[in-house]
Amino acid sequence: MKRRKFDVAAVPGNAARAVDDRFGVATPLRRLLNKVFPDHWSFLLGEIALFSFVVLLLTGVFLTFFYEPAMTEVIYNGSYAPLRGTPMSAAYASTLDISFDVRGGLIMRQMHHWAALLFMAAIVVHMLRVFFTGAFRKPRETNWIIGSLLFWVGFLAGFTGYSLPDDGLSGTGLRIASAIMLSIPVIGSWVTAAVFNGEFPGTIIISRFFIAHVLLIPGLLIALISVHLGLVFTQKHTQWPGPGRTNGNVVGERMFPRYAIKQGGFFMVVFGVIALMGGLFQINPVWLFGPYEAWVVSAASQPDWYVMFLDGSTRLMPDWEITIPIGEGYVIPPLFWPTVVLPGILVAISLFYPFMEARHLKDYRSHNLLQRPRDVPFRTGLGVMAVTFYVILTLSGANDVIADKFQISLNAMTWAGRIGLLLLPPLAYYVTYRICLGLQQHDREVLAHGVETGIIRRLPDGRFVEVHQPLSAGNGHGELDYAGWVVPKKMNRLGALGPAIRGFFYPIERPVEAPVSPGHPPVEPRPEREEVTSGETRP
Amino acid sequence: MSSHTGQPTLPGGEPLDVNDPRLSRFDIVREGARRDDIEIVHYEPQVAPGTKAERRLVRTVAGFFLLTGLAATAFLAVYIWWPWEYEPGRGGDKLYTPLLGVTLGVALLAVGFGILTWGKKLLPKEVSIQDRHVGAPSSEDQRLTSETMAYMADELGVKRRPLLGVSLLAGLAPVAAVAAAPLVGGLISDPHKDNQLMTTGFTPRDGQKIRLVREDGRPIRPADISAGGQITVFPGVEHGVSNQYADSPTLLIHLREEDAVESRRNNERAGHDGYMWGNYAAYSKVCTHAGCPASLYEQQTNRLLCPCHQSQFLITDNAKPIFGPASRRLPQLPIEVDAEGYFVAKSDYTEAVGPDFWERP
Repeated sequence: MKRRKFDVAAVPGNAARAVDDRFGVATPLRRLLNKVFPDHWSFLLGEIALFSFVVLLLTGVFLTFFYEPAMTEVIYNGSYAPLRGTPMSAAYASTLDISFDVRGGLIMRQMHHWAALLFMAAIVVHMLRVFFTGAFRKPRETNWIIGSLLFWVGFLAGFTGYSLPDDGLSGTGLRIASAIMLSIPVIGSWVTAAVFNGEFPGTIIISRFFIAHVLLIPGLLIALISVHLGLVFTQKHTQWPGPGRTNGNVVGERMFPRYAIKQGGFFMVVFGVIALMGGLFQINPVWLFGPYEAWVVSAASQPDWYVMFLDGSTRLMPDWEITIPIGEGYVIPPLFWPTVVLPGILVAISLFYPFMEARHLKDYRSHNLLQRPRDVPFRTGLGVMAVTFYVILTLSGANDVIADKFQISLNAMTWAGRIGLLLLPPLAYYVTYRICLGLQQHDREVLAHGVETGIIRRLPDGRFVEVHQPLSAGNGHGELDYAGWVVPKKMNRLGALGPAIRGFFYPIERPVEAPVSPGHPPVEPRPEREEVTSGETRP
Repeated sequence: MSSHTGQPTLPGGEPLDVNDPRLSRFDIVREGARRDDIEIVHYEPQVAPGTKAERRLVRTVAGFFLLTGLAATAFLAVYIWWPWEYEPGRGGDKLYTPLLGVTLGVALLAVGFGILTWGKKLLPKEVSIQDRHVGAPSSEDQRLTSETMAYMADELGVKRRPLLGVSLLAGLAPVAAVAAAPLVGGLISDPHKDNQLMTTGFTPRDGQKIRLVREDGRPIRPADISAGGQITVFPGVEHGVSNQYADSPTLLIHLREEDAVESRRNNERAGHDGYMWGNYAAYSKVCTHAGCPASLYEQQTNRLLCPCHQSQFLITDNAKPIFGPASRRLPQLPIEVDAEGYFVAKSDYTEAVGPDFWERP
């Protein structure tokens, strides 16, 4: 039999042609491969959240194989000796089993928890980046709204997951959640009874939280994340202003291969950091807290960090109870304001901010160029004001620990928080506003007069002046426009100074060169970079 | 091609003939990019092929990948052979999770850094410019689409036949309710069933007063608590010491003589005379603010502090809130001592226990 000729080199080409003939992917695939992404370190923050979410899915699926979402009472008989013989819920017992009796279960649990904390932190930092640079402006308002919702859905995911182990700490959190639902006017008791199927704690809340935590909330998160990324893709990423960058183009790298490779590497790094944290740093050691018992709590019971601002607002709230003297009388408890109304206001403000700002500035154009925080002082001021508000609340969520460690009166901490919450945010706004104006002013000064050289010249009449290096040709006065982008402020940024001293621990000194004659340049010129050989030469 | 061309020169003329054999592969790549409105304006290899620098980078990347293999193997070895089962004390099992974390972390970080080095250092640097087509969905396009949609509405003819629209809405509204009904109906549960918001485990059963018991279920005699001491007590019923009676844990306090006198005076003022027995008073342990156990008792000042939100209650004045977010005093349990000398609850709490709610009388 004659052997058929088989051209190995032609296989990929033929296969590709076969696929394209049937599915018509060549053009869209090339568009995808060629899509240009702008690059800046601050654009990576959202990706940390995305990658943490992937780790959450992976570790979460593992945990579901061993977790039992039931509140049936069992007597613990596992490996952890101090709790043996203790009555507890099946949920708590299975969490202990994951920690002690499933090989490698503890690192999965801890990675899951750390990834959740990182997910929320990355969302917040990413959101701050988007806010302070004006990336939420038209046409990206929808994506801003989706991002804000992602924070709150992530918050719910975190809280439901935190409650699942049914340990002493999370049970107390659940108790407070039931009190928050109970505090809602008119329907509070009905809401609580519906969620807990009767009085707290009931016997069903863990299974309900479980299905919310592993199905409903992740489903919602995946849907929101998909739309979020899809919009980034179709609307194209914003970019910083700079040479050649306009509102109408994207300057950066094509997605494949370099950009995509960097993303892949970054994912591995995030995953690796979470693995290190999960292995080395203990988180939520539920076996130390014991099972949930309604009558046991300890001092310094703090929730996960992203819930602490609500804990803080609850602690700072004065005891203002509103009674409505109709019939037998009705009550709006003080708990309602910091835990239901305040988050409601925060959600509303964050959702509508892009529209409020556009209306305030009467600016309804599309913006694809970012703004530096200093160039929009009022927005930066508002952002810092919000961050100050949030930080005070979060610190107040741990005010008992601060009071204990620093030997301050607990009541003084509460009062400091109350007063600080009213005074510091406006102060932060004012200070930030002034700093922004100052930074802008300095940029303009450099544009007008040039960079400080550090060279002091003595004039014939005895005065000393510093020589400035103008940034533009000529005398450099008032010739450069303010472009909203980085202005070089040091001589080495202009390439006017020699390279930095070499050497890591001590400078590598070159042997002193012999004095050169005036005809020769003292330093050899840098070698020219080699040209790319691509076949075509451009004039 | 020069490494930098300054201004992007967008294709003005004819598209290249991609079948021209004289074209290099890069030319075709650039032509493809151009057809997607992308201009590669700067393309510069970072390392020249065959140089020392290239070989060094290749070795670095390869080193990272081999380190990944090593660390991953170490992970498997630890996973299989390291003692992992929990033992009390300082056993080698305490290192199991840290070792897994370090090996897995190093493996992932190394592959990450390897890929990053490959991408960032070995691949050519480039600057490409893509057109955004701002305002590209031209008003003409928008008009075409909106007219198409308007025409669809015309075809349906809802305007001319309003009955169709109205009947469709009227018909679909109950369907939406049908979808919601099982969920709402299944979840709803009457919060006032058996008066559950107002009662605790201390409700007398069959005319029998309920004993106060300890966590281990034993009843309590007055002599069991020294002056200034306190103890958490539970209703002496089946499952009384469990989360089934989450609203029942109570703090039984033996006040010192002078505090007891003041406390009794304030009790009488509040219409609670007879709630104390001797120098003993019992207050609900469930905070009226958010339901945490208010469990930190400061003996010298007779204050009870809730560790969750730092509400403070003055025990000698009917457990009145004196600091923090709580607005309502802790309910007091009327107590006495039965014929056998054990503490019992005279009756259930006379007001709602636990966090506040709208219809609390």
